[in-house]
Amino acid sequence: MTATAPAPAPAPGADGADGTDERLLGRSPLRKLLGRPELGSVVGAIAVFVFFAFAADSFVRGSSLSTVLYASSTIGIMAVPVALLMIGGEFDLSAGVLVTSSALISSMFSYQMTANVWVGVGVSLLVTLAIGAFNGFMLTRTRLPSFIITLGTYLMLTGMNLGFTQLIDGTVSTKSIADMDGFDSARALFASRFTLGGVGFRITILWWLALVVVATWILLRTRAGNWIFAAGGSRDAARAVGVPVARTKIGLYMGVALGAWIVGQHLLFSYDAVQSGEGVGNELIYIIAAVIGGCLITGGYGSAVGSAIGALIFGMTSKGIVFAEWDPDWFKFFLGAMLLLATLLNAWVRKRAEATA
Amino acid sequence: MTTKGDGVTDGGGEDTPADAAGAVDAAGAVDAQGGPLVRLDGVSKHYGNVRALEGVTLEVHAGEISCVLGDNGAGKSTLIKIIAGLHRHDAGSFRIEGEETTLGSPREALDRGIATVYQDLAVVPLMPVWRNFFLGSEPTRGKGPFRRLDVPFMRATTHAELRRMGIDLRDVDQPIGTLSGGERQCVAIARAVYFGAKVLVLDEPTAALGVKQSGVVLKYVAAARDAGLGVVLITHNPHHAYLVGDRFVLLKRGVMAGSHTRDEITLDELTRQMAGGSELDDLRHELERAPAPAHLGGRATKSA
Repeated sequence: MTATAPAPAPAPGADGADGTDERLLGRSPLRKLLGRPELGSVVGAIAVFVFFAFAADSFVRGSSLSTVLYASSTIGIMAVPVALLMIGGEFDLSAGVLVTSSALISSMFSYQMTANVWVGVGVSLLVTLAIGAFNGFMLTRTRLPSFIITLGTYLMLTGMNLGFTQLIDGTVSTKSIADMDGFDSARALFASRFTLGGVGFRITILWWLALVVVATWILLRTRAGNWIFAAGGSRDAARAVGVPVARTKIGLYMGVALGAWIVGQHLLFSYDAVQSGEGVGNELIYIIAAVIGGCLITGGYGSAVGSAIGALIFGMTSKGIVFAEWDPDWFKFFLGAMLLLATLLNAWVRKRAEATA
Repeated sequence: MTTKGDGVTDGGGEDTPADAAGAVDAAGAVDAQGGPLVRLDGVSKHYGNVRALEGVTLEVHAGEISCVLGDNGAGKSTLIKIIAGLHRHDAGSFRIEGEETTLGSPREALDRGIATVYQDLAVVPLMPVWRNFFLGSEPTRGKGPFRRLDVPFMRATTHAELRRMGIDLRDVDQPIGTLSGGERQCVAIARAVYFGAKVLVLDEPTAALGVKQSGVVLKYVAAARDAGLGVVLITHNPHHAYLVGDRFVLLKRGVMAGSHTRDEITLDELTRQMAGGSELDDLRHELERAPAPAHLGGRATKSA
């Protein structure tokens, strides 16, 4: 930075001492808490947990929690980059089928071209990232709404998943790669289990937690995070002060692609074959998790932790209904109600934040 | 901060094309005392077949305020977009410190020392004040994957810099959208000054503000000038312009309608020219004489 007058000691608490304290009364710890994007989702998650703890006796058992966390993690791994993308002001409707594409590429490339699955895994990473970059590039070049661009990619990928699988394997699923070199080590990385306190957990939970930590670090403590908030909050203002908005958005789409790759490899190595029609509709689940977690649908506001809690609500609800032995049809209703409540809360937050003096 | 007449600038002065349509070249007399920071000569911009700007000449000197006046649609926005690097000019010359330039992006303009503060897009409303203050030029510390924002420095500097400009902020963590319009403008100006801008371009900083708030903003504009910056003030208010301006360029429908230094023109004359000069007289004439039509309760057609 340029040479400046010596800055006073950074003491946020001391700011109130220089005559501003009487106006600071309005910002009590409670109000600060209300300003957090995750607040609504935390309250919702506690409510859902308490509800199912009473409704289903088996819900609070260790093994049930492991199941819930596993269901949450497969959504959560994608919800984190999708939340970042939404904070950056865009959607990705292709995220759901991109997971399947990534798994298919990995499986088919390994099977057809080499004897080692790691080659396929690597190629899949490159191709998936390229698809993400394509989304971002098209968006920033054409300036069309991301809804349209990614709807196009979504349809194309859906068709390609089915078409290529049919063309190469002649069926709707890939051939098993379980006997190939490297399968065991890849499975250890993407689809193994570990035991903690006598309860078995899936490794995706660790992937999920790691992604939340990394994404939170990026959002709150790096320049890129500042740019993500700015690109979504006001693209033109951000561009005017020199933020590389196009680069930021392409990076966000590639982040979603990275998440899709992780989940895709998990699916492949936990079942050793992939159904080509899977993943359709999941993109909305990721978006819903992010929105429940406090992301504004218009961008510029939200958090990675919130998206994780949104995914957790998802996991608890979908599995809780099973544990309570209810008709799973009610799952969708429950979800819709959560989404509406979360969005209303977000709208209220935004109104408060944007209110001018 | 000042750039006293170096060779490059003098050279720039010589080959100035005098083809600027109707441009009153007030530059020659000033070149002696120091080259302009920014100099536009006969700059034009076309959007397809729409002529947005034609042959505009403008100079910005260190420690002076150049005002660009014009009505809606006069080409003011196009002019600042060229200076700010958002658009490229189609014809004419654009010199920064004597060097012929075409700016490709706002980032490039910033790197050359030109900071622009826009009326509506000065800030990102939902972001905290301190994040807005450093947006696009965030200081970091640490290395490699641990390179991170220097948050304590950012907060403390924001607080100190704003207080230096007389803005006593409740909390640098509040979303900047909760500040008043005048305060937001001032934050943007303070940011430009802090980051060592040589030229500050202000787009209608007082347009949406009340009298008192306008006064506050103009005070900061003057403060920036006194700090040695060259200021371009875009406005449609001749009273505000005359309060602080050193030179005035009038735009009308994309072409220059006049260019004056402060000692050449009075406020009344500036106001008259700004309001359309003789057109205003005609309008007054019409408004005075025009009888109200009958259906509005007038007596214009009763006698007929």
